[in-house]
Parts: sequence; C-alpha cells; structure tokens
Amino acid sequence: MNEASMAERSAASREDRVAHVRERANWMRRRLLKMIVAAGQGHPGGDLSASDIVAALYFDVLRIDPAAPRAADRDRFVLSKGHCTGALYSALAGAGFFAESELDTYLQPRSMLNGHPNRNYLPGVETNTGPLGHGFPVAVGIAVAGQIDQADFRVFALTGDGELQEGSMWEAAMFAGHRGLGNLTVIVDRNGLQQGARTEDTNALEPLADKWRAFGWDVADVDGHDHGALLDAFDAAAAPRAKPLCIIARTSKGRGVSFMQDQAKWHHGVPTGEQYAQALAELEAELAA
Amino acid sequence: MSALFDCRDAFVQTLEELAAHDDRIVAVVNDSVGSSKLGAFRDRFPDRLINVGIAEQNMVSVGAGLANGGKVPFVSGAGCFLTARAMEQIKVDCGYSQANVKLCGISSGIAYGELGATHHSIEDVAWLRAIDKLTVIVPADPWQTAEAVKAAVAHDGPVYLRLSRMPVPVLDRTDARFEIGKAELLRGGGDVAIIATGTLVHHALAAADALAAEGVSAQVVNMATVSPIDEAAILRAAQTGAIVTAEEGLAHGGLGGAVAEVCARHAPVRMRMLGFPGFLPTGSAAWLMKEYGLSADGIAAAARELLCGRG
Repeated sequence: MNEASMAERSAASREDRVAHVRERANWMRRRLLKMIVAAGQGHPGGDLSASDIVAALYFDVLRIDPAAPRAADRDRFVLSKGHCTGALYSALAGAGFFAESELDTYLQPRSMLNGHPNRNYLPGVETNTGPLGHGFPVAVGIAVAGQIDQADFRVFALTGDGELQEGSMWEAAMFAGHRGLGNLTVIVDRNGLQQGARTEDTNALEPLADKWRAFGWDVADVDGHDHGALLDAFDAAAAPRAKPLCIIARTSKGRGVSFMQDQAKWHHGVPTGEQYAQALAELEAELAA
Repeated sequence: MSALFDCRDAFVQTLEELAAHDDRIVAVVNDSVGSSKLGAFRDRFPDRLINVGIAEQNMVSVGAGLANGGKVPFVSGAGCFLTARAMEQIKVDCGYSQANVKLCGISSGIAYGELGATHHSIEDVAWLRAIDKLTVIVPADPWQTAEAVKAAVAHDGPVYLRLSRMPVPVLDRTDARFEIGKAELLRGGGDVAIIATGTLVHHALAAADALAAEGVSAQVVNMATVSPIDEAAILRAAQTGAIVTAEEGLAHGGLGGAVAEVCARHAPVRMRMLGFPGFLPTGSAAWLMKEYGLSADGIAAAARELLCGRG
C-alpha cells in the first residue's frame, strides 16, 4: 500500500476497511481456484485457509508499493508456508505487482509463477521458500536489520502450524524473543491440519500460545477468518512493542468451499469441473450475503 | 624459513577495515566469536556483531534476512557445522534466493585434527560447488584472504570463503591481483601441472622445487576460486599432458573433481587427485596431512608417477 492509500486507510472507517478486505479475500479465493484448475495442480486447502490473513495484509496493512518492490523502507511479508502460492500470487496480482493475466501462466514452462515463490522471477517476493522452516528465520534476519538501523519498516511472516514442527522455527523464535524484535509479527495459520493428518495427532503443538510466550513473545489469539478481528490484531501490532508478536489465527483448511473445508485430502488437489462450479457458486453466495 | 601466519587474522583485520567505511557490513556468528577471532570486531562495532547462539540453521537464514534488509553479512562459524548443519539454508536462502550473504567457514579442512571426523570439514567444497549461484573461494595465504574478503564485499551474491587456521607463509608473487574466478599461475612449467588450493598451494611449490632439481618442469596453479572454476587455466595446465590436483579436503568431488570435469569435456589428460579418502583416523592435523600424502613429497611422488606412466 503506497503513502496515498495509507492516508486513505487511516481516514477510512473500520467498517469500510473490513468490507474491503472481505471483498478482496473472496476475490482471491475465486481467482486462486481458477488458477489451480487451469494449471491442474495446487494446494487449495492451505490457500483457502490463509486467504483472509493474506488479504488483510496486502489490502490494508502492508506499506508496499508495487512500483518499487525493493524499496528499502517497504514492509516485508514472507510466506514461510511457501506452498500456498495461490493465496500469495492472487494477492500480489490484486495489489498490482503484476498483471492478473499472468496468473493464467501458473506452473507453465518458464512462468514467473513457480510452484513455490521465487524472488528472482517475481517482484514482491522477499525470499524463496518451499521447504518448511526457512521463511520465518529469514524474516527474523530482516527484522534484525531493521532493528540495527532503527528503520520504521515492519516484518510479517505467515507460517503453517505443521511447519512449527521444524526445529529451525524454534531457533528463530528463541532468537527473536532474545532480541526483542518489536518490528516483527508472525501469523500462525492454525488450521490444525498438516499434509496427512491433524497436527495434534502427528506431533502436538499445544499449548501453542504458552510456547511462544515462553520464548519471549506477545501472543494474540484471533479468528483467522474474521476480517475485523484480524485488522484489530494488526492495528494493535502497529503500536511500539518491546517484544515480537505472534498472532495465532484460528482457521479452517479449505475455508469457503464446503466440500474442502477441514479436509486434509485437499492439502493438494484440483476440483473437477462440477466441483469448481459449486465452489464458485458458494463463494459468490457468501459475498452477496 | 619464512614467517607463518594464521589467515583468520587477515580475515578479521580486513573485515574491520572495510566495516569502518561501510555500515552495511555485519558479522553473524554461532557462539563462535573466539574461533572466528571476531572479538575486536565486536568491541569496535558492538551493534554489528550478531550472535545467534549455537544455531547454525538460524544463523544462515538470519544472514539471508540481513541481506534482504540491506546488510552485507559475514556469517562465520566452524566450516564443519556451518556447511553440514545448514546445507538447505545455504541452498535455498542463499544460493537459490541469490541473497548477498558471505559465508565464512572457519577452521576448515582438518585443522581440528584430533577432534575427529565430526569436526573435519573435508566435504564442504564438494557440497558447496554443487550449489548454483554460490561462489566458492579457498584462499591460500593472508594476502589472498584479505583480497578475497574485499572481492566478496564487492560481489553482489552469495559467497563461501573457506578459511584455514593452519599457519602458512605469504606467497611470492610477481603479479599480485585477485579476481573471483581467475586462477593464479605461480610458476610456469611444461612437464606437469599441479593445481592446488589453500594450504596445499605451499606444498605444491615445494614439490615443484623438488621436481626441478630432477629436471622436471612443473607448473603450479593456485585455483583459489573453485566455483565458478577457471576453465582457461585448466586447459593451459592440460597442455602439459599431466595434472596433479591437491586439496585439504576429499579427494573426490572437490577441486580434483572440478578440474577432471573440465578436462574430460575439453582436454582429456592423465590426472592424480590428492586429498582424503573419507572419514579419517585419530591424529593431529600435521600427521593426517603427511599420512595421506598431502605434502611436498606426496605431490612430487604423484607427479613422478604420472610422468613415468606417460613413457
């Protein structure tokens, strides 16, 4: 979001902001499903889980300018759960980082839209992710650079919940807490499902908020599909802080499409023509409601 | 006997000099301030020494993040831990992301002799030269270490500097220039070529002296940049008809492998590749080097073997 729209944002009412993010998240969901259907591959479950969080960031919170994607003072967003390119690419297209028509090239030979984000192909990507446990520690490094320079940019990382089983996440969490990185916010997409099963049946994460607090973090627990609650949490995060902030966003994998919701099997998969039509109809009905 | 130097001193001295004029330069360590000799750097630039504790994966990722934030991070730790523990971070966060990170493997090779194979870093060059976009430099003496640090700062992209703690003399040079990707011809010769890196460059020169006394003219090439490798220098060496490579690392996959790949494609030539065969028995660094023929005698013997075989 550029300076002009930042000013617009601060003038906008909360109601307008929520309505805008809600509309954009719904558009992202429809657009990313179209992209996945066209490509014949994708990770719709996690994309739909993360869409409201990513929409709140790209269409309200982040201070970014698509015309200057590497401006020194930009806010940084790192998609640590790098497989959720549907959410990221639809948001970047919607925010103007590239033409929406590029989404039709997803996964095609030499497309800039790789199966996992690549900063050297695509403006707006901060670091290449894909293997879990990488993006968040890199975001910690960016926040350290900002802390050293007393820069006013902020750093956001979106992690999966299953991703928190990677040891490197806790190395980074411990260090961020130690450094008191108040410019850093991590959002955990807490949909409770990893690729094959529930996190709690695989390698349990709870009590998750206590873990982050014990590592020196502030913790907020929000409904990750409630746009107002997400904006409130991000607004609160903007105040000067002595600790990094972890927003545990309670989400559902496949959110917005009834037959995908909370189903591990839609971690990756492609809807059939009939399923796609049903998904679009449900999303359009939700927007109209 | 010429004076001997620990190349880490040239590393930290150069880093401090550069950091005094370049705010972007920071150091990142894994509780390795002492072994990286960065105590003076920390005292002089306390805000620019970032100690992540004993956490190599995070150290490399934090380095990549610092680069994203406009810094030029020198990520320094024992080569064995920096490379093996953080391999995917080096591949993805540094190489694949083309982050402007300078990785410094301290006490590389078999400097930690008696501590055993866990603490030897003999696989690093083989591993890291397989990573696209990552420059791999193995300086041979204090002067070249200093030049490599300067070149790493000037180069926009990820670099691995493989630094030794074994005492070495300063090489005699007629043409003192360092450029990433350019080998240094230390001695001309037409009968055999010895291509070496790091500590082995000094043994290569001594081997060339011994061979000269026998009437054998040996070329000596210091191949400080292993990736990207100087193909033209290898092809010139291949014109002698016999190449010995020597490195303080595995005999396969590292410098020797890189030279052999170029020769096999463009100029097949008889070769001997000197290095270690794998996990090593207990012994001091000096003993291990001698035991495995990484000495002037060992290199000269390999050269003689090649020349005899040529008949």
